[in-house]
Amino acid sequence: MATISPPGDGPAVELIDVERRFLTPDGRSMTAIRDFSMTVGRGEFVAVVGPTGCGKSTTLGLVSGLSRPTLGAVRIFGEPVTGIDPRVGFVFQTDALFPWRTVVDNVVAGPLFRGRSKEEAYEGARSWLKRVGLAKFENHYPHQLSGGMRKRVALAQTFINEPKILLMDEPFSALDVQTRVVMHEELLNLWSEQQASVIFVTHDLEEAIALADRVYVLTNGPATVKSIYTIDLPRPRVVADIRYQPRFIEISHTIWNDLREEVQAGYSRSAA
Amino acid sequence: MTDVTTLPAAIGESLAAGETPGARAARLRHYKVLAWRWAILVAFLGGWELTAATGLIDPFFFSQPTAVVARLWEWMTEGTAEGPLWFHLWVTMEESLIGFFTGAAAGIVVGIALGRNRMLADVFSIYIKVINSIPRVVLAPIFIMIFGLGLGSKVALSFVMVFFVVFSNAFQGVREADRNMIANAQILGASPWQLTRSVIVPSAMSWIFASLHVSFGFAIVGAIVGEFVGSRYGIGLLINVAKGSFDAAGMYAAIVIIMVVALAADWAMTRLEHKLAKWRPQPHGEQT
Repeated sequence: MATISPPGDGPAVELIDVERRFLTPDGRSMTAIRDFSMTVGRGEFVAVVGPTGCGKSTTLGLVSGLSRPTLGAVRIFGEPVTGIDPRVGFVFQTDALFPWRTVVDNVVAGPLFRGRSKEEAYEGARSWLKRVGLAKFENHYPHQLSGGMRKRVALAQTFINEPKILLMDEPFSALDVQTRVVMHEELLNLWSEQQASVIFVTHDLEEAIALADRVYVLTNGPATVKSIYTIDLPRPRVVADIRYQPRFIEISHTIWNDLREEVQAGYSRSAA
Repeated sequence: MTDVTTLPAAIGESLAAGETPGARAARLRHYKVLAWRWAILVAFLGGWELTAATGLIDPFFFSQPTAVVARLWEWMTEGTAEGPLWFHLWVTMEESLIGFFTGAAAGIVVGIALGRNRMLADVFSIYIKVINSIPRVVLAPIFIMIFGLGLGSKVALSFVMVFFVVFSNAFQGVREADRNMIANAQILGASPWQLTRSVIVPSAMSWIFASLHVSFGFAIVGAIVGEFVGSRYGIGLLINVAKGSFDAAGMYAAIVIIMVVALAADWAMTRLEHKLAKWRPQPHGEQT
């Protein structure tokens, strides 16, 4: 199905006919994703949408190296994924900051784990905190910050490692709508500066369209790719206004018609 | 017990926030709680004293508060029949402290090791369960036989009392560590050792502290039971001697001493915990 690229200069991420099965606690085998193929170009922003619980996050686990595919191949930059790759960054849905560390100590975690010197790490962390607007809060603990500020710390913590591939698992779903739009702007700015490739998993279709170059729509579980849409909205985008543009509404309408069947199928199945 | 100290601070805060009616109600409630606490203490001690004095209960068996206080005073000023009180207290404290620190350290290390290593946990869990099912105090005679009448046997008993409590909490704490946080650390580049040190141990810390609170009491139990069974010094010996001479006041006096020590240790532990856990949000409604 997908062509195999030579190592070293392949696209940022390839998933080729991947299947991933889990063993449920009662000992049965459950298929989360099946016949799943996906390609993310270098510097491309791809969003993945699908009904809740369909297996969207599973794809991120496979790319990050936290889990292995049952069948098929996962490659980054043309090389098979064998473990956690230092070029990958991951922003989680729930708070994954270390609550016992201050903001700045959270941000230095990555560089220190990777053996940088203390001065270098703290210098980098301070400059990243300045970029996400939290310079004054470096000695606060996470519980003293708002949800939006904690997400900004998480972004700084991830971006300081300069990931070439950024995986995001519904990172802003716990934020209120206004904060979320601010975070979208911030993310797009960071992304365009860093030229990373992004896989952004969300259940929010408008978020996906506003941010991404391409949107993958998944089927109800076991998930497979239902359709792929290229979002031709011009960049740079102003996320706060983009949702009122006619082209945005048109795209959103088309994809929603596609997604609705899956959402309804999932709903009737879980209700049955 | 220690929550009492946090109460006025909480009230001060709400007063400062300017919510006058609410603060007033809270202050009144606080006084009410205090009044009841004192009333119950006075009623208990007064009732004890009175019933003993009037012969309703036999002071030979139950003693009476004034006699207990008199005995404590005598022990403190003149020493006990077995030598100075402070020496006995020190012996018991030494046994408890050594047992507590070695037991807690071993419990933490083994708990974290087994918590991090599935294979080790699967192999050893059955043995730990088996040994854990032994009531610890029955080991006292065995330890006395092996380690003699001195320090060693009491420390050993304190150690096993403390070890299993701390171990099981440390183990549980490691298992309860947040999966997302672990995944986050791994992706940020943590090696297994870095992961243990900077994520697993800190997140298990609140579990471990919860066990340390209880287990200092257990360390004292271990030392005292050991002293009962066979010793030359210690508070346990004082109780044993008092029992032998039907000195009820002496037994209660020894109990009061142990109570004070255990409360002081608990207080110190709470202070230390607050200091180490300054990253945690202030608990709301912790009051009693």
